[in-house]
Amino acid sequence: MTSLAWIRNNRRTQIVLGFTIGICFGFLLQKSGVTDYGVIENQLLLVDFTVLKMMLSAVIIGMIVFQILKQWGFANLHAAHGTLGSNVIGGLIFGAGFALLGYCPGTVAGAVGTGALDALFGGMVGMLIGVGIFAGFYPSLKDGILSQGPFPVVTVPEFLRLNPWITIFILEVCMVGFLLLLEYAGL
Amino acid sequence: MVVFGMLTQVSWSPYIAGAGIGLLSCLALVLADRPLGCSTAFVKARGLIGKMINAEKTERMAYYRDIVPRVDWAFMIIPGIIIGALLSSLLSGTFHVTWVPALWGSVFGNNVVLRVGAALIGGILLGIGARWAGGCTSGHGISGSIQLSLASMITATCFFIGGIIVAMLLYRVIGVGLA
Repeated sequence: MTSLAWIRNNRRTQIVLGFTIGICFGFLLQKSGVTDYGVIENQLLLVDFTVLKMMLSAVIIGMIVFQILKQWGFANLHAAHGTLGSNVIGGLIFGAGFALLGYCPGTVAGAVGTGALDALFGGMVGMLIGVGIFAGFYPSLKDGILSQGPFPVVTVPEFLRLNPWITIFILEVCMVGFLLLLEYAGL
Repeated sequence: MVVFGMLTQVSWSPYIAGAGIGLLSCLALVLADRPLGCSTAFVKARGLIGKMINAEKTERMAYYRDIVPRVDWAFMIIPGIIIGALLSSLLSGTFHVTWVPALWGSVFGNNVVLRVGAALIGGILLGIGARWAGGCTSGHGISGSIQLSLASMITATCFFIGGIIVAMLLYRVIGVGLA
């Protein structure tokens, strides 16, 4: 456990780790197809479900692995207490940008790696301008709209008042069922 | 040989690549004690640029006191993604320089200024929305959902609701009107 604490607190190790994890992430994003504008836009147009298949597969595997790691003390919960004003409004603004740009903050960088210059000069430059605008308005948003309508609890098992493993089982059945339906429908 | 064959494939099943991303997100939570997100890096980069232009003003801003602009784990994710995707596309021979995506071009034409302008506005909305919601498709959608975060699952649903509405408007209303 002490070696894990050392890894987490060593600045240089973390820089190398971030870069390495980023490389693996970019590689997997490109291989899954989601760094392509057409794949993302066709997901939002509901004709190609590659993005959802990739994301749900990640969640199906990750949910079980994370729960085990957390129980064994290797990982901590990093979930924030959400609000309607922050998560719903922010999510919808993000969605509008997602459709207009055709990439999200990770896949825009991946698209740059595949040679997409609209992702570089439009997407990444726009992201930098956007976060700058948000930073400017942050002090007035923070205690205003961002804190409006807090959710009652932090996690889904608390919300459903169920044991985490039972919650995971239900969610896994729903996600696998949804993917089977997609495949059955030929999507 | 088998491994190299996989690396040079044009694409993998989204289920296989997705499973890898799920495991990678868990690895980030163990080794960095952080969710694998992408939008924080843009805040750090924007803060670093701000410091070059006007250090005093940037250091006074509350948001850059919460998310400190420096080269660290979260910052390095973005250069990493660019290199990783570059490697993947070079190995499979799919790397190629483009200004206008084919689907966009087939409906809105191949005008570079129009496409980059739309991408710029999209990028601005994406940046504002990601920070407004406190995360992006990977931070909320994958890492947050993995941790059973209620806020993350609601946020990810809203990403797609907003995205589907605007994509349908673009391609099924405006695009059809242009044709």
